[in-house]
Amino acid sequence: MAVLPPQPSTLVPEDLAGDGATGDLWTLNFGPQHPATHTTLRMVMELDGETVVACTPHIGYLHSGFEKLGEHLDYNQYVTVTERINYVSPIANNITFHHACERLFNLTLTPRCQAIRTICAELARIQDHLLCVGAAALDLGAMTAFLFGFNEREAIYDLIEEISGSRFHPSFTRVGGLMQDMPPEWPAHVKAFCKKLPAALDDVEALLNRNRIFIERTKGIGYLSAEDAIAWGWTGPLARASGVRRDLRKDEPYLCYADNWDGKGSSGVDFKVPISRGGDCLARYLVRLEEMRQSLHIIEQLVDNIPAGPINVLPEGKVGLPNKREVYFSIEGLIHHFELIMTNRGFTPPVGEVYGATETSNGEQGYYLASDGDKTPYRIRVRPPSFIHYSTFEKLVVGHQISDVVAILGSLNIIAAELDR
Amino acid sequence: MSVEQVIDALRGRFADLDFSPQPLLVRPDGTATEQMWVRVPPERLVEVMTFLKENEETLFDQLVDVTAIDYLNFPGAEDRYGVIYSLLSLVHGHRLWVKCFVNDPDPEVPSVTGVWVGANWLEREVYDMFGIRFQGHPDLRRILTWEGFPAWPLRKDYPLRGQGEREQYEVVTRESA
Repeated sequence: MAVLPPQPSTLVPEDLAGDGATGDLWTLNFGPQHPATHTTLRMVMELDGETVVACTPHIGYLHSGFEKLGEHLDYNQYVTVTERINYVSPIANNITFHHACERLFNLTLTPRCQAIRTICAELARIQDHLLCVGAAALDLGAMTAFLFGFNEREAIYDLIEEISGSRFHPSFTRVGGLMQDMPPEWPAHVKAFCKKLPAALDDVEALLNRNRIFIERTKGIGYLSAEDAIAWGWTGPLARASGVRRDLRKDEPYLCYADNWDGKGSSGVDFKVPISRGGDCLARYLVRLEEMRQSLHIIEQLVDNIPAGPINVLPEGKVGLPNKREVYFSIEGLIHHFELIMTNRGFTPPVGEVYGATETSNGEQGYYLASDGDKTPYRIRVRPPSFIHYSTFEKLVVGHQISDVVAILGSLNIIAAELDR
Repeated sequence: MSVEQVIDALRGRFADLDFSPQPLLVRPDGTATEQMWVRVPPERLVEVMTFLKENEETLFDQLVDVTAIDYLNFPGAEDRYGVIYSLLSLVHGHRLWVKCFVNDPDPEVPSVTGVWVGANWLEREVYDMFGIRFQGHPDLRRILTWEGFPAWPLRKDYPLRGQGEREQYEVVTRESA
């Protein structure tokens, strides 16, 4: 130990020899199994006291080769894999994948199918946002809002089960249509849910919006400016919370968001896109909360006006499956069925590439499909919003306290299966 | 501002390059998607991308996606790998796809992380899955598989069931740990 020359007695903190070289930092490993990561992801943080100085995310723990699998499954089979990508709102993934497929096959959906798909997409958005809003509060210690959110998610699971037969993994869409028509009483159940949800949202708001602990732990935390959000590829509610005016439902409308969706000149569904300029965790929470109310508004417009008619495109196009009655009772129906199902037959897509994207709860989820004319795609690429949002994580957390890391992680709504695929 | 004007602007600035713009998909009945792609040689990529991002007429301020396709068995393909950049202009609302073709034995394209910061992880994923190196990337490590994984899984010559990597994992027991 070196001897310091005498000085007037003031208190100056001194690094001991050797400590100054590393700046007194220590390293903390967070994950891969930790309650606040929600799923399997890991980060290694350099801490100066409680302040994060550097953060290195390590991902890939859930990598299961979804894109490779897609090259070996046909355009209907792969739908079962898509819903495992963002499993918090599974049915929205089905819709996105087949939205891209229908671009490839150049199909126009029937009005009934479009209306049902739009309702399902909005239910999925509510489902996802309920979990995200609830879990973001849960990570900050507010258990009750999470339970209110999860209670309503149960109701959505019931609606999804009623229409598709499965609560969690519906696999509901098919090329050019749906797996099956909705049960006749389904719209009434959706309406009952729409009546019930605002009270739950009010409860969540009452618990959190003026909650001083919640506000102080989210306001100004994890800030990202609009310019940075664009440069980092942010989309969806996260970009809109930073003040980016962009929503695929408005900017590149599809399904019932587009005008003249039923071929009879109906205008697209009416809704507003909530934007915030806060750019912090609080802004993301507020945008998601308002998006749920707008989704409810969309569902209410459609649920009474689901057009009658077929749900699948006509089987003559050789891409839509005929209904079972035709298969069993007519020779044409049986031939169409066989042409699609038998292993030496199948789809005959054009050769080329296509990109189709929809606005899912996490942002722009897109599929880039390459087809070589075979019944299975040549390559499937998913544009995963979570992966792109999470790449910004180091920039967001550096300079914040370690307890803010979970607040930021919760506000980004990182779904590890979408992150790693 | 349409995609045609974007391509005109590109041709005006880079008269020496052959962009050969074409739709992503042309169907047998002659219909095509409005989605267009252009070919850019790897050595000029950064220059073209910087122009596309900063020019007033094109203004592609967002890099939506970076991916690659191994065109090993693709009908009519001349090159092995295509690196595909998906660009979006939030101001004008148009999209453009830029493809960069590279070949074995040393597939390499320049990194566009200097143009869009968001390219960082996307390029790492392409490197991890296809073994295409990005020259000038600040941190080119594998991202989904681990360092030392002996193959490039999304290449077409890599089998779906793997090449036995799982069987060769070191078994960690209580004694050896």
